[in-house]
Amino acid sequence: MSFKNTFIHGTEGLFKPDSLTQMQKIVLRFVVVGLIYYGFAVIEGMIMRIYEVEQIPLINTNQFFAILTAHPLVGIFGSTYALVFGAFLFLTPYLMKKPLYSIKLANWSLILLASGTFIFWFAGFISHYAPLYTLYWPLPADFSQFSVWGGTFFILGIAILMVGTLFFIINIFKTIVYTPEGWEKQPSAALLGSAIGYSGFRNLFRKKENRKEHLVPLPVAAIARGTVDMVLNTSIILFTGVLILIYMLANILGVDLKESAIDALLYKNWFWWGLDLIADGLVLIFVAGTWYLIATMITGKKLFMQNIARAALLLELVVSWTVWSHHLLSDQAQPAMLKIVSGELVTAFELITQGLAFFITLATLWSARPLKMTNPLKFLLGGLLGFALAVPAGIMQADVGLNRILHNTQWIVGPHVHVAVLVGLTMTLYAAVYLLFPIVTNGAKLYSQKLANIHFWLHLIGGIGMGAFMGMAGLKGMLRRTLYVDGEFNLYMILAALAGSLLLISFLAFFYNIVMSVGLKGVIGIFTPSKLKTKELLPES
Amino acid sequence: MVDSNVVLWGQTIAYTFYCLVIILLMLWFGYKITKTGKSNVVRPAIFYTFVGFLTVLGVSLHIITYNTIPWAPVDLNRGDYNPDKTFEISVANHEFILPSDKLVINCNDLVLFDVKSNDLTYGFGLFRQDNSMVFQMQVVPGHRNDILWKFDKPGIYTIRSTEYSGPRGVFMVLKDAVEVTPCEGV
Repeated sequence: MSFKNTFIHGTEGLFKPDSLTQMQKIVLRFVVVGLIYYGFAVIEGMIMRIYEVEQIPLINTNQFFAILTAHPLVGIFGSTYALVFGAFLFLTPYLMKKPLYSIKLANWSLILLASGTFIFWFAGFISHYAPLYTLYWPLPADFSQFSVWGGTFFILGIAILMVGTLFFIINIFKTIVYTPEGWEKQPSAALLGSAIGYSGFRNLFRKKENRKEHLVPLPVAAIARGTVDMVLNTSIILFTGVLILIYMLANILGVDLKESAIDALLYKNWFWWGLDLIADGLVLIFVAGTWYLIATMITGKKLFMQNIARAALLLELVVSWTVWSHHLLSDQAQPAMLKIVSGELVTAFELITQGLAFFITLATLWSARPLKMTNPLKFLLGGLLGFALAVPAGIMQADVGLNRILHNTQWIVGPHVHVAVLVGLTMTLYAAVYLLFPIVTNGAKLYSQKLANIHFWLHLIGGIGMGAFMGMAGLKGMLRRTLYVDGEFNLYMILAALAGSLLLISFLAFFYNIVMSVGLKGVIGIFTPSKLKTKELLPES
Repeated sequence: MVDSNVVLWGQTIAYTFYCLVIILLMLWFGYKITKTGKSNVVRPAIFYTFVGFLTVLGVSLHIITYNTIPWAPVDLNRGDYNPDKTFEISVANHEFILPSDKLVINCNDLVLFDVKSNDLTYGFGLFRQDNSMVFQMQVVPGHRNDILWKFDKPGIYTIRSTEYSGPRGVFMVLKDAVEVTPCEGV
């Protein structure tokens, strides 16, 4: 096929959007939205990397901090949430062997996620609203630095996004427990108990012969338990958004509400508790569940130590509710007991829970060797390596002594955050994308394996390299969330920018590969209504 | 007292060594799973040993740092210490207000920095002339923010806000604002 033909019709014309079910289209729409917002985050990241070295004349300092505020939110909510929602709205019914509870609700999740992300991003872009993740009261309500109208639309965008997230949560839990039309009544309570780990927990106290079977597969249990954290963090972010909105609306109406009415330390604890349910909660649980799923799909074998894996997922859920205080080790008014128990000891449990997931996944793969080094397998190994590097970095900084000289340095955001998100999480998601690609496209062929290899190696080297150079700068005293106008850390920032450019090239290679695989007509076709009115996940062959 | 630079060097060496080992291990694993091997079975004993190792590692890290990093126990029990000198510093409108233009400290003094914010959440950090960090803490409005630090080396240090407080926070730098006098006998 000629280049033009491939570009328009996809590789060998194999991708036919008309053959897709509603569910397949929804998944692919989530993927497209997720990749577009990932592109936003990568470009923003590169702008910031360059700005850290040399201030770009077209961008002023306020714009830089607006980008810094939007960047992680676009990356996590606009991109990662989109990919996760798409994958789990497909996998939950796929593994439960029944249709999704509501396709309409899934479509609304997508619309609200895409529009909410765009609204907050655009509000930040126009107004330069930049309180970062609104963690540090009363900064979100500091209208001497930020536009109250910009802030109002920013928070509104986040709120819309959170409503979309609530729709996703309802859809996931309803799919697990509901009885499809014409089916025998499903044991809703027992299914829910199995999904969140209650029945597994009860089994620990039963004699072997009395133990009950797990009603939901392990990856669905991981999805459900991560979604429990999502319920909590969504509620907290929504509640906090409303609180900030009250201050904004009061200011618009000319009423000056006292900022000191809210205790800054309590607010910080509250908000970090909520945000950590994402960073140290659902991300780790979802990732472990995805590792297990991919490992079992690649190998066709049962998961190694699967009862322990289930128990570890439950433990991780409890850990995620009690771990937030490691973000407050440098807050001198934070009670010492919270610093030691929650900040140090509970956080150290993440080494164990994530270490278990790491070992179980590797052991499952080992049990099926020799394996072919496919794209899903190599990206899975990359994802495992990412967390193997990032989790110990996090454990080190969650120490009362070390935190005194690491907190808010580039160490936190480099070897820990960026390596965890870019290498650990993103490569795991890419593994799922490569694995599900032929399933959700009804057998479309990847345009180029060479490009997939370039995608893998540049992403891996770029991600680890960027994290490493940021970490070196952090150990030399470079702070995060600020600018060094005299170029004090330029050497490290130039090296980090070079590594970051590898990430950009790898993303472009992947994006081009996918577009050439499905073709321009295919991309457009994903967004047209499905001609197959079935609620089934895949077309009847 | 062990300097914070020494601690950071120790951390750099330990973490770099770990990174190299885990990267090599994953490369080896990636190679081996594409080959046929003698046995594909992973014994549960290896798994439980690994879990035990992680448990010991997670707990021992904090025990070791508590007993080797000198400021860790001081920080957690700072009410039990009598400082040789106290500096009361306030912050408002993105500016540090010091009790004097320069904070002069005698070598080997245990110094309490008591920093109060009158508006936003800020940070308070001390940095060497090569920009490396001596220590930092958060400065939260409405709460006491104090840190005890023993200075046993002469030097000149810069104060910098270590927490984001909006774009204006970038300029919260007081260059060479702290001076530790030469130590006796040095």
